[in-house]
Amino acid sequence: MADKTAPQERHTIAVLVDNEPGVLARVIGLFSGRGYNIESLTVAEVDREVGLSRINLVTIGTPMVIEQIKAQLDRLVPVHSVRDLTENGPHVERELALIKVYAIGENRAETLRLAEIFRARVVDTTAESFIFELTGPADKLDTFIGLMRPLGLVEHARTGAAAMSRGKEPF
Amino acid sequence: MSTASPSAPTGTEQTSTATLKGAEIVLKALVDQGVDVIFGYPGGAVLPLYDALFQQNQIRHILVRHEQAAVHAAEGYARSTGKVGVVLVTSGPGATNAVTGLTDALMDSVPIVCLCGQVPTHLIGNDAFQEADTTGITRPCTKHNYLVKNVDKLARTVHEAFYVARSGRPGPVVIDLPKDILVSEGAYLPPQEIAHRTYRPRTEPDLAAIDAAIDLLETAKRPIIYAGGGVINAGPEASRLLTELVELSGFPCTLTLMGLGILPASDPRYLGMVGMHGTYEANLTMHGCDVMLAVGARFDDRVTGRTDAFSPGSKKIQIDIDPSSVNKNIRVDLAIIGDAGRALELLVQRWKARKVKIDREVIGRWWEQIECWRAVNCLAYAKTDEVIKPQYAIERLYQMTRDRDVYITTEVGQHQMWAAQFFRFDKPNHWMTSGGLGTMGYGLPAAYGVQIAHPDALVVDIAGEASILMNIQEMATLKQYRLPVKVFILNNQYMGMVRQWQELMHGGRYSESYSDSLPDFVKLAEAFGATGLRATNMSELDDVIRKMLDTPGPVIADICVDQLENCFPMIPSGAAHNEVLLAPPDRKAGDSFASEDGMVLV
Repeated sequence: MADKTAPQERHTIAVLVDNEPGVLARVIGLFSGRGYNIESLTVAEVDREVGLSRINLVTIGTPMVIEQIKAQLDRLVPVHSVRDLTENGPHVERELALIKVYAIGENRAETLRLAEIFRARVVDTTAESFIFELTGPADKLDTFIGLMRPLGLVEHARTGAAAMSRGKEPF
Repeated sequence: MSTASPSAPTGTEQTSTATLKGAEIVLKALVDQGVDVIFGYPGGAVLPLYDALFQQNQIRHILVRHEQAAVHAAEGYARSTGKVGVVLVTSGPGATNAVTGLTDALMDSVPIVCLCGQVPTHLIGNDAFQEADTTGITRPCTKHNYLVKNVDKLARTVHEAFYVARSGRPGPVVIDLPKDILVSEGAYLPPQEIAHRTYRPRTEPDLAAIDAAIDLLETAKRPIIYAGGGVINAGPEASRLLTELVELSGFPCTLTLMGLGILPASDPRYLGMVGMHGTYEANLTMHGCDVMLAVGARFDDRVTGRTDAFSPGSKKIQIDIDPSSVNKNIRVDLAIIGDAGRALELLVQRWKARKVKIDREVIGRWWEQIECWRAVNCLAYAKTDEVIKPQYAIERLYQMTRDRDVYITTEVGQHQMWAAQFFRFDKPNHWMTSGGLGTMGYGLPAAYGVQIAHPDALVVDIAGEASILMNIQEMATLKQYRLPVKVFILNNQYMGMVRQWQELMHGGRYSESYSDSLPDFVKLAEAFGATGLRATNMSELDDVIRKMLDTPGPVIADICVDQLENCFPMIPSGAAHNEVLLAPPDRKAGDSFASEDGMVLV
């Protein structure tokens, strides 16, 4: 690659695809086959009638690689459109995490206090544990999970980012 | 086509509403797509299709001897006609054998529709006999693929597959056909110009970009036009337009391996092939140019050499139908997305309308420099009286076939590069070689694919003794269909290109590159019902070529050539265009060719 020394950038890309069998495999195969990074990827049907799914993916690469990724995605036959949200003005990006924390004794109060600061919701509790539900940008989730670690983090599950551009236009 | 009336016109209203068996739907769709020949091999899962084939007369089936060959034959057919090549193979091993051919077609942008049998839908995923996850396996080696699970979608899928295969940048498309779909009944749908839901590649270039390109070209002091396979894929008119542009501008022009024949090799502005084994003048002109116009060429690593040293001082314009080909290996200054033929048409139109005046004096100085490079005579080789030089054999083949309509296919290796250097093409679609994938065994099946499309033409597979053995079973196909393909083997008893790399980069340790225990190719030809000929020294060469050309049926000509001849010029992997190696004696013994970086490259 001609620009292998160029700095790496993190881009959030939204892809509208036909919801047909194998379409996710095509996208993932493209990334693995060509050696691109996937930091996170979410996919779900967004229009049942038309049979349309939306893939939100976060990737890291040099500007030339990012440009390639978009061109390669766009030439997949079932892809309707590709939009680089990072490049096209401001956008909102949200991720959801479920976080299980082992907490007894005085740790319980501290855990809940931090959860409140982060506006994490308690969705399950036992005498010894909590499961929190937390939504926000990825770095907020990172921070909260980091804080839970010394307190008794058992496990966490994250959805990956869902994203769209600000304003009235689609994408 | 119904079994009752095979001669009934197709695409009529009554048949579009009647129900047909899946296998009949497939064949009817093929006929409606203008298919007259398919290359295939039967097996359990495709028996219903073969049964339907048996009962019709519109489509000719060519029985190959290996599924890989079916795809290569379809490639030869497609590349020499501009039509979509069609392949029919069975499930499991039939489909996996086709994978090499499909990858080859993907790399070289050849339009192919490959119909694969599949186990019945209810058995899919059960590890059934001859089951393979064909859509999974072929996903990365096709432009697109389909698994048909509903007979009512079958006709539409076949039509769509043809559309996808030939539109935009062409490529192979697989349709996986479970056996139960082939025997159940459904409605036929004739092909219609319905816009595809998602796949609508851009073919019309941006006019402003065309003008911007002319702005750059008219002020160029050291221009070059670099054209590749995309121009061939855009149809013969695109080649004519490129030739017109070269005439209008007087600019030098080089072609890629895939593009040979776009500009007649006899044109004085043609510099020869570019790239690793391209000519000295083409590579140095690329290296030293100030404006480069790339048309339907993708800056492959075999063309660019070391990318950070590729044509360092030039503004680059790239015309390509595939946006992902732009800025992939080489950053370009101006991209024109669209069909090469259409872009060239507009370029020529605007060139004339703007009455572009080229400064002949400035370009003349550039030509003086180019002529100096040309004078190096980089393709020169030492001739002998006894031993046949492989280059000479190809030169003689070229000279002795001047009066014939000749199509050349090749296998992969030294002989392929010598064919590209020494056989001179004046027309597009007459040169079929495996460029991107470099598939040994491509040439023989591709040759009969060409021969079937052009029954009266002379088709020669220029081969090596190692490559030809990779699909030698296809000699039986030649025999069966009386296809007069000439197999011209440059036999140096080595995997020559491997040996050359081992000599130049691995200290002359010829690890496993000697072709031991070769068959007697004359007897082999006879065993397959063909004519076998052999030339072992210079005095026999012309006679053998003449006999080969005069023989009405298939021939294997075993040309025993200099065993140690190397293919020059050569830009070693990881080197720049101006670091090209010429043939000895310009080279000093003991020169080191391989940089540390280059050693790891292919």
